[in-house]
Amino acid sequence: MRSADLGGAGQTARVLDHELTGCLPGRVHPADMTAVGLNLVNEGPKRIRARLPLRTWLAVRVGRLAARLSRAARLGQGRIIGGRVTLLLDGRALHRLTQGRTVILVTGTNGKTTTTLMLSQALGGRGAVATNSGGANMPDGLVAALAADLHAPYAVLETDEAYLPVAARAVRPAAIVLLNLSRDQLDRVSEPSQLERSIRSTIADQPQATVIANADDILVTSAALAAARPTWVAAGGSWHVDSASCARCGAEITRRKDGWSCICGLRRPSPSWTLDGDAVLSPSGGRVTLALQLPGRANQANAVLALAALSSVGVSPPEALQQIRALEHVDGRYRILARGDHAVRLLLAKNPAGWAETLTLLNSSAGTVVLAINGHVADGQDLSWLWDVCLDPLAGHAIIACGGRAADLAVRLDYADLPHTLTQDPIHAIDVAPAGPVDVIANYTAFRRLQNRLGHGR
Amino acid sequence: MGAESTVRIGLLLPDLLGTYGDSGNATVLHQRLHRRGIPAQILPITLQDAVPASCELYVIGGGEDGAQRLAIRHLRKHEGLQRAVAAGSVVLAVCAGLQILGWRLTGSDRVEHRGLDLLDVTTSPRIKRAVGEVIAKPQPDLLNATLTGFENHQGATGVGPAARPLARVIRGVGNGAGDHSEGVVQGRIIGTYLHGPVLARNPDLADLLLGWALGGPLAPLDMPSVTRLRANRLGGGALGGAGGRGERAKRPS
Repeated sequence: MRSADLGGAGQTARVLDHELTGCLPGRVHPADMTAVGLNLVNEGPKRIRARLPLRTWLAVRVGRLAARLSRAARLGQGRIIGGRVTLLLDGRALHRLTQGRTVILVTGTNGKTTTTLMLSQALGGRGAVATNSGGANMPDGLVAALAADLHAPYAVLETDEAYLPVAARAVRPAAIVLLNLSRDQLDRVSEPSQLERSIRSTIADQPQATVIANADDILVTSAALAAARPTWVAAGGSWHVDSASCARCGAEITRRKDGWSCICGLRRPSPSWTLDGDAVLSPSGGRVTLALQLPGRANQANAVLALAALSSVGVSPPEALQQIRALEHVDGRYRILARGDHAVRLLLAKNPAGWAETLTLLNSSAGTVVLAINGHVADGQDLSWLWDVCLDPLAGHAIIACGGRAADLAVRLDYADLPHTLTQDPIHAIDVAPAGPVDVIANYTAFRRLQNRLGHGR
Repeated sequence: MGAESTVRIGLLLPDLLGTYGDSGNATVLHQRLHRRGIPAQILPITLQDAVPASCELYVIGGGEDGAQRLAIRHLRKHEGLQRAVAAGSVVLAVCAGLQILGWRLTGSDRVEHRGLDLLDVTTSPRIKRAVGEVIAKPQPDLLNATLTGFENHQGATGVGPAARPLARVIRGVGNGAGDHSEGVVQGRIIGTYLHGPVLARNPDLADLLLGWALGGPLAPLDMPSVTRLRANRLGGGALGGAGGRGERAKRPS
């Protein structure tokens, strides 16, 4: 649907009537996204009629059956199995299940799940939103989320950085949000600069997508410069170690208080959105205070990127913030649960950048910290990254090391002169903790398992 | 170097070659001296700094191709490391660190680069990345204790006649040049592909390097946490939920 077709209300209605045209909103020129978005305010569909090819419809049905069986057999939530089966039966399911919907893909090393939740909550008032809120962010997880609500006109999909190329090619999204890029699970995923190159070439192939990018992250900026219409957000970022050398020319990056630059010309772009303390400055010159319930600087950064993305599909910051401020926890994180006579707060951290942010959330003086570290494939089996985390914030706290790789963690704590006790089971660690609040910092599989065992859903 | 002077541990380019946690090797060396009552200091040497020739030990870690080229440029511009090696300083070079000390390296871009020529090794890209747990038996004149670590590298390194391998691989790939060798030793330079960090998992290797720097072997240092970790890593590979050869994420088609 070309921009010339947009005009009066009648023609706008044609753009929105997916049944008649089979048109993909994602193919609307980015300059008109706001126009389409604004019309969605009043006339947007609350549901779409999904017209799936028979093969896809069958694949979805069988996938759902597989998911139900998996849940009945107590093998898990069944999400990923269902999506995997659907993809096996219809290799183009990811493409077909996004036809007729406005899709936003969210990617980056840290913050995907939180930002996805912020976006889906804020869009929820406009219409149903298909989303993978549980963090299943590879193609099978995306398919499962889309199959779970065939009639939702929106989809907000958290996407693993390594799978952005596959997902974007299949989906042709209306928007892509790039949060940050740093090292994570180096034994399982590419090194950060390789990821940047692959994301950059993906973005170059998606001229219809509005790319909302963190201008304070050098690797993200390098990738997003390939966008036809980037939206630059000064979201801040304190992890610089993976971007000392320029992603384009390999020379050294110069950092100043107001930005960064390289001799080859790569430099921090001028942002249209800025995070300033707890406030957000928008392109129109407006200023809103975030006042989130979710703690920490990283969540403020996620929020400003979410606000920029929502604005591009016609949701104003005040409207968006109403929903975003209501969030108290994300997929079990930050949730405080009672266990015996302990108030237990669950925190997730998976890589050095994430740990650096999470450690700032600890109560400065008191409380036990339980560190639960596993090294399964999904966590990354090389735990060398533990040595890139500055553990100073742990000083003065009672520390209990646990999890499958507690032994690696114990050596790290020992050499850091941090006294600690050692146990295998995180639940046991919580139970034997001294009286008082307990913060549990766990990496991916340890977090999931602990969440399940503590008996609370998301 | 008198008994009272501080041992300086130069941590080379942690801003470039710190992708794999190898800065921890400097921490281990420092602590193992400190706990024996020997004053020590870690000196981070970044891209903003000239490279001093005055450290008794130098530690260089792993990083990506672009970072390697920048590191070579910096270390060629400031020749402190080369002067220090000529004067007998000890060097631990891990992964990319090992590669850049060689005389030639070819990255995944297939372009040949000159290395710093401190080690008789050459590196070229492997077809398949070597990722996973490694167990290796070191040269008996150097160490008795088995080496354990985690490798993650695309490069295959051949060891030339002026050097010799550090160890023979029992499990894993190692240098990847087809000869079951792991790492390299030449003079007072030890190179290895092992992460972990390598000195966190292999205290005897740490003490070997320290002994060279101090001119004699050190008193034993008992650390039960390290003994437990080694048992965990070397004990059949099934403990702790992850003893395997890592699998790379499926490449999207």
